[in-house]
Amino acid sequence: MSEGAVIDRIVGRGVPVRGNDIDTDRIIPARYLREITFEGLGPHAFEDDRRALNGAHPLDDPRFADAGVMVVNKNFGCGSSREHAPQALLRRGIRAIVGESFAEIFFGNCVAIGLPCLTTTPEHADALQALLEEAPDTDLTVDVEAERVVTDHGDYPAAVPASAKASFLTGRWDALGQLLENTDEVRATSARLPYLTGFGGESS
Amino acid sequence: MANTLLDTVWDLHTVRRLPNGETQLFIGLHLVHEVTSPQAFQMLAERGLRVRYPERTFATVDHIIPTDQQQRPYADGMAEQMFAAIEENVRANDLPFFDRSTGRQGIVHVIGPELGLTQPGMTIACGDSHTSTHGAFGAVAFGIGTSQVRDVLATQCMSVAKPKLRRIEVNGRLSAGVFAKDVILHIIGSLGVQGGVGYAYEYGGTVLDAMSMDERMTICNMSIEGGARVGYVNPDATTEAYIEGREYAPAADDFQRAAAWWRSLASGPGASYDDVVVMDGADIAPMVTWGINPGQVTGVDDVVPSPEALDGPDRAASEEALEHMSLEPGRAIAGIPIDVAFVGSCTNARLSDLHEAARVARGGRVADGVKALVVPGSQRIRAEAEAAGLHEIFREAGFEWREAGCSMCLAMNPDKLQGDQICASSSNRNFKGRQGSPTGRTLLMSPAMVAAAALAGEVADVRQMVAS
Repeated sequence: MSEGAVIDRIVGRGVPVRGNDIDTDRIIPARYLREITFEGLGPHAFEDDRRALNGAHPLDDPRFADAGVMVVNKNFGCGSSREHAPQALLRRGIRAIVGESFAEIFFGNCVAIGLPCLTTTPEHADALQALLEEAPDTDLTVDVEAERVVTDHGDYPAAVPASAKASFLTGRWDALGQLLENTDEVRATSARLPYLTGFGGESS
Repeated sequence: MANTLLDTVWDLHTVRRLPNGETQLFIGLHLVHEVTSPQAFQMLAERGLRVRYPERTFATVDHIIPTDQQQRPYADGMAEQMFAAIEENVRANDLPFFDRSTGRQGIVHVIGPELGLTQPGMTIACGDSHTSTHGAFGAVAFGIGTSQVRDVLATQCMSVAKPKLRRIEVNGRLSAGVFAKDVILHIIGSLGVQGGVGYAYEYGGTVLDAMSMDERMTICNMSIEGGARVGYVNPDATTEAYIEGREYAPAADDFQRAAAWWRSLASGPGASYDDVVVMDGADIAPMVTWGINPGQVTGVDDVVPSPEALDGPDRAASEEALEHMSLEPGRAIAGIPIDVAFVGSCTNARLSDLHEAARVARGGRVADGVKALVVPGSQRIRAEAEAAGLHEIFREAGFEWREAGCSMCLAMNPDKLQGDQICASSSNRNFKGRQGSPTGRTLLMSPAMVAAAALAGEVADVRQMVAS
């Protein structure tokens, strides 16, 4: 029931968002976490950064308006565990993120919603960003299977951890279906936990 | 070779290895709050599923609850809607719910331990990155996103890769005026905000051994600020003494058996780690952040560092931080003027934190033009603090004494910075916009240092204020 689409490659234009340690508060400010659905988050992605830059943020640049691939730097998505951050990017049309490194909870949240994050070297991230800044109409092919980003101007290695890669290529990135499969094993695990069984006393 | 606590707890909770190579891990305790759960309950309902282990799932309200007035309906219509959602979800799924009427409401990472729900050897999950706090008890505790909240609600399991393990040992002694907050800020400053990505942190050494549970919680709380999703301290006699007698703690004979098991979980002396870092507590001064992430931090007796000392991207990050903070390289940290002082958050709103702040505030007066507020971590802490007379000390000094909640840590309730105000804050994040104003500025520090800054109207070295 939670089999999703196979995600093996994403083709589209890109948008460079430069900077290390971009936290999830910046990706989606906390005031939007008061919504009880994710639906309306897309337009608010990076809202405060965009307002501060007064139109100069890449997400406000018409040349990047239809970008599906975001190219970022180090430790992207650090801080709060809010899934609202990748949800906002997804709902804004982002289908893959390529960067130097990703914070762990953010990365996992992206896998769970079918948004691949690929890691590349600082040099390649910078080269890709520079390429997009110069030639925004460049088409990118993010190849999850081959772990590469392919463009007319060059080819960049971009890694995906084995577990995430397997999840995307089998369409099983939404874990719930698998977690629901084996209720007997789950019960057996809980039955051996001391704190659920009276710590081995007679009351258990 | 001896096992680490992480190995033992991980193996015990492993249901199976999933086809993608991750572990299906059983979660022994699931904590739920109003902000990251409504979509998860919605997804559950859409699939016709119910909460699988309601007896291992506990809910409270903390993130958006107002801390000044508590009349329903709340003035903020969205907050009211969010409260109505969690009330309906806990009712429909028959979950224990610690709302204000129970007297046990509070920040989720404060009340879990306070109620005795948090125990050594458990796996714990919550839709909040500061779930690492519970590791102070020798639990393996994860912050998770909303899809994983759904997974845990539906199956009591999550799909997760086992992290590597770094032991961080802090030895020696801390100087007077140096607190757990300073230790963890020092650690993050040394290892960096992404140094812990892919790792769990095991904290130890004589400084940690000597710490109270409140202090260990402060340390583990900010593991995520160093990039580590999980942080823990091995359980010991201090852990047992804290838990004994609490509402959900094992009682009588069960407690003795529990304590024996807890002790058996601690990493053995010969255990092997992927990395070991050793620090000297004597090197740590009261710490203050000067930038826009918690790794941009230095001692109160130091100066704002110059970006010129750094390379490429680090230099750019540092320049961006100083521009946001409007701070000049080379200026002294002490003496930075403040507008707001905030004592609160899951990092530092426990009773001992309030005692330390009150010790500084006693007999003093909040500086003119400074708004100072104290927000206890839970209703119970608030009551205990009042029994000790702390609220009077704070009020007499000019601090506002609030109801329990997350408050100005993330400003989802009406407690927000205005414009480019500077806030001395005992919370955990100094990100741009974190405290509710996009141009607001945050200086992270210990609760005692926040109180000192409130009285001085500027960043002040608490070691001098307590001594004088």
